[in-house]
Order: sequence, then structure tokens, then C-alpha cells
Amino acid sequence: MSRTTNKPTGLSRRGFMGRASALGLMAGMTSIAPLFAAEPVKGGHFVLGLKGGESTNSLDPALSLSQVIFSVLRGWGETLLNVAPDGGLHYRLAESVEASNGGQSWHFTIRQGVKFHNGETLTAQDVLKTMERHSNDDSKSGALGIMRGIESMSVDGDVFTVNLTTASSDLPYLLADYHLVIQPNGGIDDPTAGIGTGPYRITENEPGVRHAFEKFADYWDDSRGHYDSYEILVINDDTARAAALQSGQVHAINMVSPKTANLFGRAPGISIEPTSGRGHYVFVMHTDTAPFDNKDLRLALKYAINREEMVEKVLNGYGAVGNDTPINDAYPLFDETIPQRAFDLDKAREHYAASGHDGSPIILRVSEAAFAGALDAAALFQQSARAAGIPLEIKREPADGYWSEVWNKQPFAASYWGGRAVQDQMYTTAYLSTADWNDTRFKNAEFDAMLLQARAELDVGKRKDIYGQMGRMLNEEGGLINPMFNQFIDGLQSKVTGWEANPNGEQMDGFTAIKTWFE
Amino acid sequence: MSPIVLKLVSQRIALGLMLLLAASALIFAGTQILPGDVAQSILGQSATPEALENLRRDLGLNEPALTRYFNWLSDALRGDLGTALTNGKDIADSMSGRLQNTLFLAASAAAVSVPLAIFLGLLAVQFRNRWPDKLISAVTLATISVPEFILGYVIMYVVAVKLRWLPSVSILRPGMDFGDKLEAIAMPVIVLTFVVLAHMMRMTRAAILNVMESAYIETAELKGLSAFQTIFRHAMPNAISPIVNVVMLNMAYLVVGVVVVEVVFVYPGMGQYLVDHVAKRDVPVVQASGLVFASVYIVLNTLADIIAILANPRLRHPK
Repeated sequence: MSRTTNKPTGLSRRGFMGRASALGLMAGMTSIAPLFAAEPVKGGHFVLGLKGGESTNSLDPALSLSQVIFSVLRGWGETLLNVAPDGGLHYRLAESVEASNGGQSWHFTIRQGVKFHNGETLTAQDVLKTMERHSNDDSKSGALGIMRGIESMSVDGDVFTVNLTTASSDLPYLLADYHLVIQPNGGIDDPTAGIGTGPYRITENEPGVRHAFEKFADYWDDSRGHYDSYEILVINDDTARAAALQSGQVHAINMVSPKTANLFGRAPGISIEPTSGRGHYVFVMHTDTAPFDNKDLRLALKYAINREEMVEKVLNGYGAVGNDTPINDAYPLFDETIPQRAFDLDKAREHYAASGHDGSPIILRVSEAAFAGALDAAALFQQSARAAGIPLEIKREPADGYWSEVWNKQPFAASYWGGRAVQDQMYTTAYLSTADWNDTRFKNAEFDAMLLQARAELDVGKRKDIYGQMGRMLNEEGGLINPMFNQFIDGLQSKVTGWEANPNGEQMDGFTAIKTWFE
Repeated sequence: MSPIVLKLVSQRIALGLMLLLAASALIFAGTQILPGDVAQSILGQSATPEALENLRRDLGLNEPALTRYFNWLSDALRGDLGTALTNGKDIADSMSGRLQNTLFLAASAAAVSVPLAIFLGLLAVQFRNRWPDKLISAVTLATISVPEFILGYVIMYVVAVKLRWLPSVSILRPGMDFGDKLEAIAMPVIVLTFVVLAHMMRMTRAAILNVMESAYIETAELKGLSAFQTIFRHAMPNAISPIVNVVMLNMAYLVVGVVVVEVVFVYPGMGQYLVDHVAKRDVPVVQASGLVFASVYIVLNTLADIIAILANPRLRHPK
């Protein structure tokens, strides 16, 4: 059992922020050195032009999905913790975290004196209600999946306690999920009110058009929220977004197209910020459906894909090669010793012959909805597979309805994963036998057992070992063909200061407007 | 208004209402054929079966489709368009803002393009088959042939990025005065004008040339009227009917068909609003927007008919 507490000192900018030394995981690392030498300048009106907003967007955090609403949530609301750029934890509405019972019970001490935008004071009760709303039987929350392992929750004074069905060393990471913004009384009365404890109050909410914010005067943390006001303009068209940045109408944009990023970065007064994250562009095979239930056929396809070429041509170099697991070095406890699978047509041919496939076309379903450049990637894959004698055929699917009709339904399809905060969460989401989104139908009792073992393992070295074994197993037997990890590519006006690459998400994990300032 | 005109008009309106009903049924059927439903679209990749089921139950998606349609219809007939399934916002509220924006853009584009098109048409007639006529035809045909987003990008690049004369995004903010709003929509208006000009201009030219063959035009020329006066005072009123039809068709396009221009210039109009909700299978909003669009078409077409009737003595005074 261990405990860390970080009291605001008033002087240190990052005084509040510390790291979880959960279960002794990161013991001794209780604070982060200031990342910027310059003291932030207050004031100004910041304008963000973002792709990924629709007129249908709701302010209800439970129903938040696309990029714009993710950034909107970061403005008006806060979670108990944030995952730090280096993979540690920043304490936000939770002041400290303590585990007991071997990681089966977690106690979050709620920060005192934090005000909601409606003037009420944050209590542990609000936290409890929020978590209940996201996890009870009636929940329609996007966070329901990560709340599954919770057995019970309770409040004692200013301590919020979560009891799990099985021990997990990663619970604080799960509760840092962006959906889990604390709302007064859990947002039960009006989930779409947009009232939270965030540094900015939402003043105008026109979904799909713009969201405007002004500084919340009673915000508790002086190290965030430097602008007097900011607004998010929804600019879904790539060219329009680029033009808005170039013409000075917005100060920052997200999702710069890899194809134009190089040209664009040369424009004066503008910088391009590529950030390596955990997102990956993949092809998923159902390992329980013929012909993909044959390990040799899967390996043949894995060897027949030219990863370097894809990173070069599909991502224009803004990314890194994948290794048929969802994990890369942006995750804590990544095992870098797993050998990288190389493009090897001879091996592909060997495995294809060993699979005894009858030569009928292997159909890969693709849509531009899967990821930007999916059709190009599939075409490259088809060419290299054919060179190995594998009869890969592409079936183009409509973008509309792709996620509901093709992905996770058809046995071989293009897909995208945004990644998760920790390995446990990623594996639990999509590789556990019982996972809802097990889009490779990977069902392996040994793998499941290792996952649970790692979750409860207190020794970091042993955990890393287990994760390494799991990675090797997926790499060899899984249904995931992961050719590449993409980068987030954001564009900035050079007068925006304080940019900090954050592998957890685009736009500094949604905090651009919260953590930057005008020089 | 004579009884015959009244009868014609009331027939048109009754027909229009029936068309609206048919359109609402068609739109509903269409949204049912689309794959997936609103619950899946909202939760996307993060949908667990339980969350999906809870959301479906809350949104009333477990009712049979026919029940949902008639529930919606009876509410709509009472003037209640309901709330959006996706974000719980009142549809009438959020749509009225969008509709105002769309009408503002359409009216501004029409105010520029209609007089310009008719004027250019008249000019083309006067100089028919000479260089001004050929120049007008060539330029307007060129602008209608270029896809509107390319036109938009080119104008945006030159005017907003290079010259910085106008803003590249046309987002309207509360508190903008009329002048600011006009500045914000200047670029989309230019693009839309280019898009609709040729059609109206060429119809004006063709209709008037047709009338110019008539004997009374010769009479007007013989009594010494100038060429432009002849065209404007004698040919134009008789050619008005086909011109009005084309103008109305283009105005209807300006209201319902400009989603590409809206996307390029980030203009918060009805088009993007509808497309977003179709993508999310938000049926009540799609229904409401569909009704508005259908009404616009029907009203403008009825208006064109009425103007044609009023302008034509043979229809005004039937034997």
C-alpha cells in the first residue's frame, strides 16, 4: 500500500501534478520538472479550427465520440486524473490516490474547494454520482466498457472508493478516460448542461458549427487556462482548415493531411507538429472464420505486407511501422525486444503453401472511413500479396455505415484503433476472449490468463515480462495485421507557445486551448 | 384575383401538401433502409451491447417503424417537430437558426445573380452572335462547368490566403452586424453566383430571342424604339414565364443544394445540418429538414406558376 499526496504550493506551476505511485509502480517519482522555462502569458482570444464535429454532437460526456467534442469536454470539464505526456498521471480533481487490498480497492481523495460553473462546490458525492451514471445498468455511456470491472463504489467524507472484482494496478488510468468528466450530481439532472469544473465556461454551443468559451473566474488551478476566452470552429474540410490557418483565422488546427503537411510546414508563421501516438491503421482478420482460422494463412498475409512502403506512401513518413500487435513504445512497459516482422515474400509464399488454401480469392473489405488512405494501403497490400502468390482481392465498401456493417462483422477488413492509455486497457478492449470489440475474434485462454495475471501483478519487471509474452503471442498467432502507427499532425501559428507533444491524443490530448498561450 | 386564378392557386397548394406527405413517407422509408441506427452511430467504436440497448430503449428505437412514423407524423401535424435523438436539442430551435442562415445566403446570392443573369441575358440578345454575346456565354459556361468546390478553393486561396481581403471561413457569430455578415458570406456568394449564372442567363437569352421573331417586335422597331427598349419593354414581359421558372429552380437550388459550398466555406446552413443527421441516422431531424426542403421546392415552383399565370394574359383572361 502506498500513498502520494501533492499539495498545491502556489509557486510551482506544476505543483499539483504528480505521478501515481500506485502500488509502488512509480514510487519516488512524485513530481514533474517544469517543461517550459517561460512563464505563461495570460489573456487573448484563441481560435481552434478542428475536424471531427457534427451538428449531432451532444454535450453529454457519456455520448462524446468525435474529436471536436473531445476538445470541448477538455474545456468545461475535468476528470479525476489526466494521463501525462510521459505516461505518468497528473492529479486533477483527485488530489491523491491510494490502493489497498492488493489493488482491488482504490481510494481517491477529492480535491477541496473546487467550484463548478454553477457555483456549487465539488464533493466526493458528485464523483460517485458521475461514475454511477457511466456504469449503472441504465448507462448508455461510451465509457461503460472500461467500468465493467467495478464491483461497488462508495464515498466516505472526501474519499471516493472503488472496489473491483479483480485487482487492477491500472484503475487510475481507466478513470482518466475523457468521458468521465465530473458533473454536479453526476449530471443526472441534465447531462447536456455543460457544467463542470473546467478552466472555461461554455458560453455558446452550436454543435457542428462552433463552441465558445470564457475563462471561469473561480478555476482552482492557475497553471492552466491562460486565454481569456477561446472558441472551437468546426472545419471538417481539409483544404478549408488549412486555408483558415494560413489566412490567420484560426491559431491551431488538427488532422493536417500527411500529403500536404510537408508543403504546409514551409509556410511562414506556421509550424506543423507531428506527435507519435498509439493509434494504428490496421487490417483485421477473424481468427475463427475460414480461411483466416489457419495460422499459416495469417502469417502469409503478415509477411506479405510491406510496412516501410506503407509508412512512406500512405503516411508520407508521418508514422512508424507496426509489428502486428496494438502496442508500441508510447505505452508504459512496452517490450522493445519483440523482433520486428520484416517484409519477406519467400516466407509469405512458404506459409501460404503450408496453409493449403484452395486459391480462391481472399476478400479484404476497405473503405476510406477505416482510415485516411485505407484504399491506397489496401492496393499496396494487394500488389505485394499477389507477388507472393496470394490471391488478395479488394472489396470497396461505402464509408457510410462502415463501422456498423463491415467492421467487426466481416472476416477481413481495414480498421483503425486509437489506442488506450495502458496495455491492459488496450488488450481488455479488443483482445480478451470476452471483449466486445474483439475484432480479430482472438480467443486464447492462455492469453486471457496472462492478462489477468499482469493486471494484478505488483512487480513492474514481472508485468513487463508478461506483457512481452502476450505481445509475442499476438504477433505470431493473432488476427491483427498492423502495418503502421500513424502520427497526429497538428498545425499551429508560431505565436502559440507552450506546445507539448502528448502521445495520448491529438491537440496535446485535447488541451491545446487549456495549456498554451500567446507569446 | 379572378376566380380562375384562385382555383389554380388553391389546386397547386393542395397538391403541394399531398406532395409533402408523400415526401415525409419516402424520407422515412429511406432512413429505414440505411444500414445501422442512431444508437450505433452515436456510440461508434465504443459501443457495448448494454450501452446500445439502453440507448435504443431511451430513444424509443425498439418500437416498430410504422408506429414511430405515425407518432412522428401526429406530432408534426400539431407543429411539434420533436427533439434530435443525437443531442437532445429542440429541432425547431436549432433548425430555425440554420434555416435563417441558409435563406440569408440564398437571398444574397439571388440578389446578386438574378439581376446580373437577366442583364447579361439581355446584353447577349442585343449583341447576339457578336463578341460580347460569345464572351458572356463562354465565361458563364466555364464557371458552371467547374465543380463548385474547386471554384471555392481557388477563390479562397487567392482572396483569403494570398490577398487576405476576406475571411476564409464564413462562420456567423452572434453580435455580428449586417455588414459583418455580408463580409463573412461574400466568398460563398461569389461562388454561388458563378454556379447559377449561366443557366439563368442562357434561358433569358433563348426566351427573348424566341419572342424577338414575333411581328410585334418588328412593329416596335418600326415605330423607332431603341433596341434595348424593344427588348426590355416588349420582348421581356412575354418571355417572363420560362425565365421565372428557371430563376425559381435556381433559387430552390440555392436553398437546398449548396451543401458543398457550405462545407468549403464552413457556413452553418441547412445542408451540413441535414448531412450530419443523415450520417447519424437521426430520423426526426432528417424528416424535419426534408419537409423544409420539400416545402421550399413546392413553394418556389408554385410561385413560378402563379407569376407565369399573372404575366400571361391568355391565362389571366381565359375565354
